[in-house]
Amino acid sequence: MYGNAYIDPNDKAAQMIAGEDPQKLAEFEARIAKGEKIEPKDWMPKEYRKQLVRMIEQHAHSEIIGALPEGTWITRAPGFKRKLALMAKVQDEVGHAQLLYSAAETLGKSREAMINDLITGKSKYSNVFNYPAFTWADACIIAWLIDAGAIINQVANAKGSYGPYCRALDRICTEESFHLKYGHDNVVTLATGTPKQREMVQAALTRWWPPIMHFFGPSDKISNHTEILMRWKVKMASNDDMRQQFLNMYVPKIWDLGLTLPDPNLKKNAEGKWEYTEPDWDEFKRVVNGDGPCNAERLAVRRNAEERGRWVREALNTTESKYIVPLA
Amino acid sequence: MNTQAIKELLYKMADDLLIIGHRNSEWTGLGPILEEDISFSSMAQDKIGQSQAIFQLLNDLGEQEPDTVAFMRGAAQFHNARFLELPNGEYDFSLVRHFLFDHADQLRFEALANSSYEPLAKVAKKVKGELKYHVFHANTWLVKLGQANENSHNRMQAALNQAWNYALGMFEESAHEDALITEGIFEGELALRDKWLATITPIILKAGLQIPASNEWQPIYGGRICQHTEHLSPLVEEMSEVFRYDPTAEW
Repeated sequence: MYGNAYIDPNDKAAQMIAGEDPQKLAEFEARIAKGEKIEPKDWMPKEYRKQLVRMIEQHAHSEIIGALPEGTWITRAPGFKRKLALMAKVQDEVGHAQLLYSAAETLGKSREAMINDLITGKSKYSNVFNYPAFTWADACIIAWLIDAGAIINQVANAKGSYGPYCRALDRICTEESFHLKYGHDNVVTLATGTPKQREMVQAALTRWWPPIMHFFGPSDKISNHTEILMRWKVKMASNDDMRQQFLNMYVPKIWDLGLTLPDPNLKKNAEGKWEYTEPDWDEFKRVVNGDGPCNAERLAVRRNAEERGRWVREALNTTESKYIVPLA
Repeated sequence: MNTQAIKELLYKMADDLLIIGHRNSEWTGLGPILEEDISFSSMAQDKIGQSQAIFQLLNDLGEQEPDTVAFMRGAAQFHNARFLELPNGEYDFSLVRHFLFDHADQLRFEALANSSYEPLAKVAKKVKGELKYHVFHANTWLVKLGQANENSHNRMQAALNQAWNYALGMFEESAHEDALITEGIFEGELALRDKWLATITPIILKAGLQIPASNEWQPIYGGRICQHTEHLSPLVEEMSEVFRYDPTAEW
């Protein structure tokens, strides 16, 4: 998983490049146009740096917050095979956070500063993790379909222009492809299992469909992503294009399992485009802005973990001296 | 071979690993730094995998399938030491428990690599290689946090004091102790405890910590005869929650 860090800047192009040296800017854009990667020490426009930090940081946060709803099912996973696989999967996600924070650090913001911005609510993470994983089947749907969505997003972003982020994403995508198999195998087991299992997985899918439709971000009609971010290869695909790609790949697989989706208007039209009921973008905004079912709980858990671990980090920072116990 | 004695030995080892693996996995997403989330998860995966291998040996001796045995028993059928079922508490206690248990377990598996019971010797040879890294991790952190600053020192010392008598409880002797020793299956809990003390003492001292005075040692036994603290029942219920939701299902 998990990142679906979409960029929704309303900044005008002119504001984004204000004050930049026109010649350096032209050289920078020419390199990107040729398909070269930008590396940490290369010149880059301020806005490029800012947008990338925001995007990579948001992706990293999504990995550690995403570990929470799935992590709660590790201790309850049914059987050795599932338990071992889920532990390894969630561990991968935390490892992705580690990689991504490192990639973002190359742009000048420390991991500590990023985590502080997460727990104070200044910095966002993927909205889907503000919804609860009520049952084992919810964890299975997340592992299959949220990871599937994340792969679509990350495969696109791996072709972006910033070297460290692309390299991190290449590695992340390889691991994600195993998560997808794990999730699919679980969902197939439930969907072809006992009546109770089928009921459980259908309920989870119905619950998760709206957040999944929200996953790629607002419709292009209302998200006026700027042309400049596409030109800089910061944003690689439009929200609606990614959503179409997801529907095209996964709706048939879902229907094949005999599961139903809670949208009567969902169908592929004559031109091969998927039609669907427009997701509730007001709900999306409400949840992004903090009023979802789990926003407060997720941040409280993270804040608590940071608080409880502070003494360890402080101890790690005392590299030179060695504490000697007073004799009396 | 005394099958009953072997089974009892295998049950306590498998249960120790399953329960500490469960506790280690509870750190996922909540560690003091990301790297420790990842470490505790790695160790949890090893422990759970090792317990599965030992439940498989029990299955080979006629006990039920590993999944059934691990996930369908009640707390009153578990043979793990009480030490391992205690809640994680703060990172200091988890780390001290990890240090004390993993040293004991490494020595146990090293001894068992020469067991006259071949199937166990074979598993033990593989497991002791994995445990080398667990012990390395525990030693590094104990030595660092034991003397980094006053706060970390005090926390680690308090955790060691709190853990100590429970840790001694790991070496609760079995009714079959003599048979195990005579038949060359296992060297016995007392021999293991002596080796353990000799191994951990210099590391604890190097960490600037002190082992509680020996006149205060009161091993907390009971786990090996399935008498547990109030903490095991909720753990076992949680572990089997999904399994029990539909016991007829394949998961």
